[in-house]
Amino acid sequence: MRQNSEAAALQYWRRNLQIIFTYLVIWFVVSFGCGIVFVDQLNQINLFGFKLGYWFANQGSILVFCILTIAYAVRMNRLDNEFDVHE
Amino acid sequence: MSLEQLTYLFVVGSFFIYITIAIWSRASSTREFYVAGGGVTPLANGMATAADWMSAASFISLAGIISFAGYDASGYIMGWTGGYVLLALLLAPYLRKFGKFTVPDFVGDRYYSKVARVVAVICVMFISFTYIAGQMRGTGIVFSRFLQVEIDTGVMIGMAVVFVYAVLGGMKGITYTQVAQYCVMIFAFTVPALFLTFSMTGHVLPQTGLGATLANGETVLGHLDGLVSELGFSSFTEGSKSSIDMFFITASLMFGTAGLPHVIVRFFTVPRVRDARISAAWALVFIALLYSSIPAVAAFGRINLIETVNGVDNQGTRYEEMPQWFKKWENAGLIAWYDHNADGRTQYAAGDAFTGRQHKPIYWGAADDTVARNFYYNQRHVVNPSDGSFDPQVQPFANEIYVDPDIMVLANPEIAELPDWVIALIAAGAMAAALSTAAGLLLVIATAVSHDLLKKTFRPQVSDGQELMAARLAAMVAVVIAGYVGMHPPDYVAAVVALAFGLACASFFPVIIMGIFYQRMNKYGAISGMLVGLLSTLGYIVYFKFFGGEPEDWLLGISPEGFGAMGMVLNFIVAYLVAHLTPQPPKHIQQMVQDIRVPRNSGSAYY
Repeated sequence: MRQNSEAAALQYWRRNLQIIFTYLVIWFVVSFGCGIVFVDQLNQINLFGFKLGYWFANQGSILVFCILTIAYAVRMNRLDNEFDVHE
Repeated sequence: MSLEQLTYLFVVGSFFIYITIAIWSRASSTREFYVAGGGVTPLANGMATAADWMSAASFISLAGIISFAGYDASGYIMGWTGGYVLLALLLAPYLRKFGKFTVPDFVGDRYYSKVARVVAVICVMFISFTYIAGQMRGTGIVFSRFLQVEIDTGVMIGMAVVFVYAVLGGMKGITYTQVAQYCVMIFAFTVPALFLTFSMTGHVLPQTGLGATLANGETVLGHLDGLVSELGFSSFTEGSKSSIDMFFITASLMFGTAGLPHVIVRFFTVPRVRDARISAAWALVFIALLYSSIPAVAAFGRINLIETVNGVDNQGTRYEEMPQWFKKWENAGLIAWYDHNADGRTQYAAGDAFTGRQHKPIYWGAADDTVARNFYYNQRHVVNPSDGSFDPQVQPFANEIYVDPDIMVLANPEIAELPDWVIALIAAGAMAAALSTAAGLLLVIATAVSHDLLKKTFRPQVSDGQELMAARLAAMVAVVIAGYVGMHPPDYVAAVVALAFGLACASFFPVIIMGIFYQRMNKYGAISGMLVGLLSTLGYIVYFKFFGGEPEDWLLGISPEGFGAMGMVLNFIVAYLVAHLTPQPPKHIQQMVQDIRVPRNSGSAYY
């Protein structure tokens, strides 16, 4: 029984780390990638009156950050239930 | 009612609300004083976090900085919002599960060491005092500009208000006042932003209005880029900083945000781990509501400023035809004009109109001194004009104008000719921004003294009541010190804020992350990592900010503002190496790390 729960806890932690990793990749690509490193290339593209690189740095990144934190909360709260570790 | 009466009404009215809330929700135990009893709903905590986080700098200064620096300032936007992704994913849930009162608590317990706790307390104190001095100053400035009282009197009134609700109410009191303050702030910032967007573009939302097409067929940003490049400035939407410097500055602000103690402790106040996650998401949404309209306010403000000063024909506007707000802010010492080409017209272009330190104007005589006025045009006389040379290849005339970036938000409603009550609202909003942050910081300082130093380090035998009394006393002393610094600000405040972020980034963030995600990390690794991060960042910033280090000598071209991220990397490396050369942490600590990672059983502090 105890071994089972330890294995489950390990499994839960791995899944959590996977989710964190995926989300942080998006976080990094949007801000440091689109907003800084590739900003000049993206600025060649014009969308809705914005240069795309500038838009990512000043507006798009905020939007994606919000979506990421909301998605993480929903996703993890569901994972807690799945592994029966919720409070 | 006059503008002044309206402003009094709004400011005094909002103070009354804050104090009423504080009396209604005053703290009666240390648990209520430190973490509001741990029973705050995620939504309320999200709002309180947003108010706690958004300071006078966010509310007043950020739009101004972006207005003048354009893309180069986007590190602030990305850094100060992106840090919340790190908080939500990497810190908030686990610190909530840990379930104690302070950040040094976590450091001290996780690394089973009083030394680690004391080092953490020193970092907390340094970061918080740096920050709070700026807030008290902000309160004073709002008072002096809108209510015509002396800055020092303004600081004292601000002190008195914060004193009442932070000392009386503790975390419980400030949480609920911060909820009210968030509402005041967001309303005060958004209403003028909506008005301004609508009057400039016909769009309702600032976020879409920034991409709007103007009557002449150009986009807002295209128009602004055209305007500024004609005047010899670098493009608004493209940067002049190197990519690597932008990268490091953004990273420092981001990881620094995630490491700021007064933000982290907010996540101790919610009941459950899931609430900590939800509440972090709410906090970011509430912050984003304000931050995402800042670039629009900044761009519109810059366009308005250029078109007002240079006139429709781009030849300059005759001084006597300049609008009232220009002269009002000139009297406040935040705008100045020196007529380099002696044509009686104001002209704004690249370059500094004045010489000397920071190229700020030095006025001759007081604002109301009619004799100290320029003989020809009656503007305020300035004694340190630059030589007025310029390169005709890049710009049509020399710059004759000094504008303090801080006035962008404050003067925008006047520039756009909005009704008086909107201007009064801005004053109340700026005040809410300064007070909410000051209160959050005060509490962190008080807690560090009463809990971490007194109870956990020097006198473990104190009772709950004595500890609570100590916390209140510490808060009182901290208010007085903060007020004193606010009245006599060292003139390197701006440089020191970079230091606060750099230190949070280089010291706290790695130590907490490794405490959660790296079970093998022991006290030797943590302490040496913290010290290396702290000292390298401190040394770099102090050398380049105060001892005249030249930008050519920057390591890899990283400016002092961005070095915190480098300090963080050093911290990680040193901590990893040292931890591997020293014994594992004890069994019960490893068990604790396991426990932190699983949400169940986080009801209250039980270690």
